[in-house]
Amino acid sequence: MWTASFWSQMGVGLLETLYMTLVSTLIAYVIGLPLGVLLVVTDKDGLVPRPTLNKVLNVVVNLLRSVPFLILMIAVLPLSRLIFGTTLGSTATIVPLVISAAPFVGRVVESSLREVSPGVVEAAVSMGASPWQVITKVLLPESLPSLIVGAALSITTILGYSAMAGMLGGGGLGALAINYGYYRYMMDYMYIPLIILVIVVQIFQLIGNTLARAVDKRK
Amino acid sequence: MNMLEKPTSGTVIIDGHDLNTLSPKELREVRKTATMIFQHFNLLMQKTVLKNVTFPLELVGTPKEEAKRRAIELLEIVGLPDKANAYPAHLSGGQKQRVAIARALATNPKVLLCDEATSSLDPMTTRQILELLKDINSRLGLTIVLITHEMGVIREICTKVAVIDGSKLVETGTVEQVFTRPKTASALRLFYSSDSAGVLGEGPTVRLVFEGTKAYEPILSGMINACHAPVSVLYGSIERIKGKAYGQLVIQLPADERAARLALEYLELSDVAVEGVGSNVDG
Repeated sequence: MWTASFWSQMGVGLLETLYMTLVSTLIAYVIGLPLGVLLVVTDKDGLVPRPTLNKVLNVVVNLLRSVPFLILMIAVLPLSRLIFGTTLGSTATIVPLVISAAPFVGRVVESSLREVSPGVVEAAVSMGASPWQVITKVLLPESLPSLIVGAALSITTILGYSAMAGMLGGGGLGALAINYGYYRYMMDYMYIPLIILVIVVQIFQLIGNTLARAVDKRK
Repeated sequence: MNMLEKPTSGTVIIDGHDLNTLSPKELREVRKTATMIFQHFNLLMQKTVLKNVTFPLELVGTPKEEAKRRAIELLEIVGLPDKANAYPAHLSGGQKQRVAIARALATNPKVLLCDEATSSLDPMTTRQILELLKDINSRLGLTIVLITHEMGVIREICTKVAVIDGSKLVETGTVEQVFTRPKTASALRLFYSSDSAGVLGEGPTVRLVFEGTKAYEPILSGMINACHAPVSVLYGSIERIKGKAYGQLVIQLPADERAARLALEYLELSDVAVEGVGSNVDG
């Protein structure tokens, strides 16, 4: 375990994991943030009530959320091949990661936005704010601390999924742990990635909490 | 009243616009002329006091510098010039309401709607906020519509009052009129803060209203002399409506019919307003 090649494998694994996680989180937010906003504002008591659209979105989100990640990953293999030409490696894993994470992010964003007091929204509307203004100038800024905590939660969850992806030919620390640690009984390959993953999760969580506290003006 | 809730029937007309018929865009324009403050202030917690006040100006695209100047001017009016950079979480309830008032005034509205604006404040702060509203009303000449269940608030600053009971408008008039001579049971109920109306016993009950100096005349003892029968006092108070004193007294007339008639005749002669409350007396 104390060889240079072992640690360079760990280094590459870590970079792959971070790459998968961060890119997937980013894309998941590009989809999930508007999704969360839509879930809130199209609600029957929302800013722009669209009950039918709201129901459809909720059903889609629930469907995707109820498929276990590993199954989903197998199910979307053809899509990964279509987009990246392969089903192997870190980049290909981004496809199932995003599909799985976007609805999750949508829910996280939704719950953050729901923390904004309806009274504040009412006040903005009473001042003549348009729905778009309420979203960009009230809902999102007012829930910023909660959104940041939610982002830390999302990142760590996606990190966990990315490790699982190692099972099916994805890259990263998860792949090392499974391919070497599990299949070949190399215990150092099993536990060192685990320790690194734990540390990475801690760091993301710490950054998230610190940032959230810094931008929180409510106390 | 500004269509945050759609009315089930009836119309709302502000400055000649029937709000029911306006498009969402036109409605947003009207809302800028009829702004609102709330029971729970509803400030933006993530923005400074200054940013809260400039918020409505930001919505209409006022240049930043100009909005800031206006906000500082408004904070001056509401008495919080030193709190511009504080966050709402660090303000007291009264201060938050002042910020809300400054914010509501930012777009130079013609009407200010106050929805239970003092209901979550202590009596001292309530007075201060009312003073401020009165001051704004006379200085800026804008109409203030106040929704409240606190009768003291109405006596303090209102000129006209409308009583709503069971979501129906039951009585309107000047504050003096409605307070001293309520025409409906709902209005009457509001002004008996005690449960006196509920403990009416035997014999007809009447309400007497004294205005100004009449409060000093020994009317009650005169009346007892006239009818030679005991009279019980169920409720009494002196209210100040815009500086003028009004006394009111709820008494139970003697059960004996003749004595009761004598008492009423005496009261009529002494020019006191008499109204029946509980039972069969035609005031």
